[in-house]
This record gives sequence, structure tokens and C-alpha cells, in this order.
Amino acid sequence: MGGSTMDQIVQYIQSYLNTRGLTPGAAGNMFWVLVYIMLVFLGLSVAVIAMNWLERKILAHMQVRLGPMRVGPHGLLQPIADAIKLLLKEDIMPAEADSFVFWMAPLIVVLAAFTVFVVVPFGPTHAITDMNIGILFMLGVSSLSVLGIVMAGWASNSHYPLMGALRSSAQMVSYEVAMGLAVVSAILMTSLNKDGTGTLSMIGIVQAQQAQGVWFVFKFFPLGLIAFFIFAVAMVAETNRAPFDLAEAESELTAGFHTEYSGFRWSLFFLAEYSAMIAVSSIAVTLWLGGWLRPFPNLLTGPTWDQAFSYIPGITFLFFAATCFYNTVRMPKHPLFRIQTIGLAGFGVVLGLIGLMLFISGVSMRIQDIFWFSAKVAGFMYLYIWFRGTFPRYRFDQLMQMGWKVLLPMGLGVLIGTGGMGLRSEIWNQAVLPFGRWIWSLV
Amino acid sequence: MTPVATPFFFYLFAGMMLIGGILVITRKNPVHSALALIVTLLAQASIYLMLYAPFVAGVQIILYAGGIMVLFLFVIMLVSIERSMKERQFNSQRVVGIIAATALGGLFIAVYSKGKDIFPDHAVRMTAAEAPNVQSVATLLFGPYMFAFEIASLLLLVAIIGAVVMAKKRI
Repeated sequence: MGGSTMDQIVQYIQSYLNTRGLTPGAAGNMFWVLVYIMLVFLGLSVAVIAMNWLERKILAHMQVRLGPMRVGPHGLLQPIADAIKLLLKEDIMPAEADSFVFWMAPLIVVLAAFTVFVVVPFGPTHAITDMNIGILFMLGVSSLSVLGIVMAGWASNSHYPLMGALRSSAQMVSYEVAMGLAVVSAILMTSLNKDGTGTLSMIGIVQAQQAQGVWFVFKFFPLGLIAFFIFAVAMVAETNRAPFDLAEAESELTAGFHTEYSGFRWSLFFLAEYSAMIAVSSIAVTLWLGGWLRPFPNLLTGPTWDQAFSYIPGITFLFFAATCFYNTVRMPKHPLFRIQTIGLAGFGVVLGLIGLMLFISGVSMRIQDIFWFSAKVAGFMYLYIWFRGTFPRYRFDQLMQMGWKVLLPMGLGVLIGTGGMGLRSEIWNQAVLPFGRWIWSLV
Repeated sequence: MTPVATPFFFYLFAGMMLIGGILVITRKNPVHSALALIVTLLAQASIYLMLYAPFVAGVQIILYAGGIMVLFLFVIMLVSIERSMKERQFNSQRVVGIIAATALGGLFIAVYSKGKDIFPDHAVRMTAAEAPNVQSVATLLFGPYMFAFEIASLLLLVAIIGAVVMAKKRI
């Protein structure tokens, strides 16, 4: 009895492995859906922790400072120390606050920020599920986070948070328009195939780029590039990051909508902000930068180059490991630093082992799509930090002017231009080419 | 692939919609009413999903829950809550209310009892729904209903211009 149930469970788990080329959601296998959700959640949490450390370090080096150096070697354990501090902090709620709404707001923001990862395609099969309305779902659910911000600002029953919430929601609602137009022009490009039907599915969009043999950022040069630029500006504004972080302009509004939040609830807002940054970056990567596809698919083709590119994930991890070992040697030779030195060496060994594992061809074939996707998203994360380190903050009227008078008309122009170019290739194929052939046959 | 449109989910979302709808009219605080309305709209989007209309569900979330409700909340939050809390919530037009409720209830009962004759065959709808939804919506909108679609967008444009003219003293 027990054995047969176990067999059934094992069969159920294995049945997905035989359906190659399907996401677990599309195959309808609950077990693997749960496994993928756990993996994405884990990866996202690690990414947010890493982002926290990287942002401080990179920003510090841009300003010729050292950044966190005390907790762990080169401050590597600083984010963990921060997390423990935030969890142990007293959770304060203002006396006049609307307690239920105050309690709900961070939950809504976090839910909206994490739910969008259901459709993010890390690879042709490495997504939790593939939806017919993928990109629409992502834009819709991420627009729900505005509600959480408005609720947080109002429920705090205080002036700064209310002003901050009004600012940030006005900003998010107005930049959503330009963002939507840029997205539509990319979706329009997916329909340039034989059937003439495009797709909204995230996996379908990347497959369209693969089929057309060009990343949409280079398609119809410079139209794709302009659309990508509009999206890149709008996505920084959507996530309320510098230079568009008026909602939390310290000099004017203390901390904006989350002024009254502390401890765990504040850390939820923090988590949501960073995972929303990763989410919009993955939209940009999927729509314009070819998603999980490796770079230079046309220039450097052939099995030799495929093989060469499949080594890059392993080499990257080995490079990280080498950096760890280099810094292990450079650690101060004082007994107080012994534990830190051993820890750093251990971290290097773990990274090196991961790197060596990635050289096994079976592993690297399965994993390298995730690697390329994450690498492209990581590039965007670096851009975010770079923006924060270089650009001064915009004024609110400049922000609105930029959104409505510059990006929106540009987006409309790009949309019309893309439609025209698509039509031109249709006309070219159906009218001009046959006409030319007819003339040629006469000659 | 097993269908997700099980009765359990239908009752769950229908119950959420009903509770949300009741909360919208019984809450004294207008912000709480607006939040309950958002719950109702999201549950409605889930019902659309169960009816194999993912595009309509997505648009429902983007437009209503993400766009229009944010504007609602904007206006409500800037209105003085203390004054609106003191206002009377229900009026006592019992006769009109009873007539309207009876008419609506009669309609529901009629649809429930004669639904099979009014709506097209169940099997036909199921096959149509499994097809890619966005494409079929687009084919309908830009095919047979092109004129109505364009007229509706023109109407919206007129409304936008009207709102700008009324709100701005000097253009």
C-alpha cells in the first residue's frame, strides 16, 4: 500500500522530466512548480542581499570611500548584520495611524513585487509558468504596488508620508504610460513573422528574437534603441530610484512614504524596492536584450563558439573564487582576523567548486541560459547604482515634463515608426519584390 | 493539463467579490470602501481568468485596480475624512429599493432557470476559449467591431478634451 503511493508520487515527480521544452506551469506539475517557486524566491532573496552589499561598496568606491569594512572581510557580512538588526528593532506604529491599512501596505508592495516573477523567463524551460498574457501580467501586477505605496502614505497619518505617497504614485502612474508605449513597440516587433501574429508571452518574445536573429534593441535601428532608452528611463522612475527618487527626497520629505515605518515592515519595503528593480530589469532584458540568449549569436556562430561561450559561466565563478583567494592572502596577519581569513578562503572554495561544476558540459548546457539572463540583469543593477552615484535629483515639475512632454511623444513616434517599418517589410515582400522579379523576367 | 476552473475557486472568488461589495457600502471610512472595491475588482479579474479570458483579466488589473482605483484613492485621501465620517450612509427610500431589488432578483432567477436557452452551447464556448485569447480579441476588435471600437476611442478623446477645457481657466 505505502509502496504504491510512494511509486505514484515518484512517477508524478518524474513525469515532468520527460516533458522536455515545457515550463512546469505549462506541464501542470504542481511539485515542480513549487520547487521552481522556492528556487526563484531563494535566488531573489540572495540577489537582494548581494545588491545591498554591492550598492554600498560600489557607491563608496565611486565617492572614493571604502564603504563597509568591519563586519566580515570587506564588509561581506554587513547585509546579514543589517537584516538581524532590522528584525530585532522595535516595531513602531504611530498612535493615530489606521492600523489595518498600515499593516496591509508593506504586504501588498512585497506581494506585487514577488508575484511578477511567476512569468520571468530565465530560460526556455526555466520559468515557473508561461502565460498567454505574460508581459501584460507583469505590467499589471507591478502597477498594483502603487496601491501599497498610497496606502502606506495615507495610513501613517502624517504629512511627509502623505506627500511622498502622492508624489511617488503620480510619478509611477505617469511613467507607466511611456513605459507601456515602449513595450507595445517591442511587442509589435514580435509579429514580424510569416503568420503576422505577435505574442505577449515572455518566452514567446525571446523566441521571436531568436527566430528573427536579432535582439529587438538593434531591430529597425535606431527605433528599437529609442524604445529601449524610453523604457530604461521609465523603469528607473517606476521603481522610485535616483535620479527620480523624489518620493524619498531626504532634504524635503525625510524618507517619503515609509517615514513612519520601522523594523520588519520597513525591511519589507526595502525588499520590495530591490525585487521590483530586478523585475523591471528582467522585463527590459526579455523584451530588448534577448533574454536568455548568449551574446553575439550572429557574429560568432558555430559549435566552436557555442562551446567557448558555454565555458564563460564557469570562468566567471572561477574569477570570483580567485578574487577571494587574492584577498585571503592580503588579509592582515593578526590573530584577530584569523576567523575572517578562514571564512573568506572557505567562500572562495565554494565559489571555485561551483565554477568547476559549471565546466561539466551537461550542467553548463542546462544552466547557461539562467547565467546569461542573470548576467544581463546584473548589468542593469550596476546601471541603477551608477545612476545613483552620478545624477543629481530631478525637480518634480522637471520630472513631469520629462515624462509627459518628452518620453510620451517619443514613445508614440517610435510606435508609429515601428508600425511603418513593419508595414514596409510587408509591402517589400508582397509588392516590390514580385514586381522586381516580374521586371527581371522581362529583361 | 488539468483545468483550474474548479467550483472551489469559483466559490472562493465569488465569495470574495460579495464580501468586498458589501464592505464597499457598509464601511464608514471612504478609504476602506475604496480598498474593498479593489478586492472586488481583483476577484472579478480572477473570475475572468476562470472563464478563459486572460486578456480581459489582465486589462482589468491594469486599468481598474492599477489605474482608476489609484485616482479614486488620490481624491478620497485629500478629502477631509472627519466630515465624511459624520455623514449619513444610507437613505430611507424603501419603496424604490424594494422595487429595484425585486427586479434584479427576478432577472437573476430568470437567467438561472432559462440560462441554457439564452447562452450559446457550453461545448462550443470551451473550444473557442482554449484558443490564444489576445489574438482572438484583436481579430474581433479590428475586424467586425472596428467601427464601434474607433468610435469609442473618439468618445474618450472628446471626454479628455472636455475635462481639460473645464478644469483649465486659461488654455
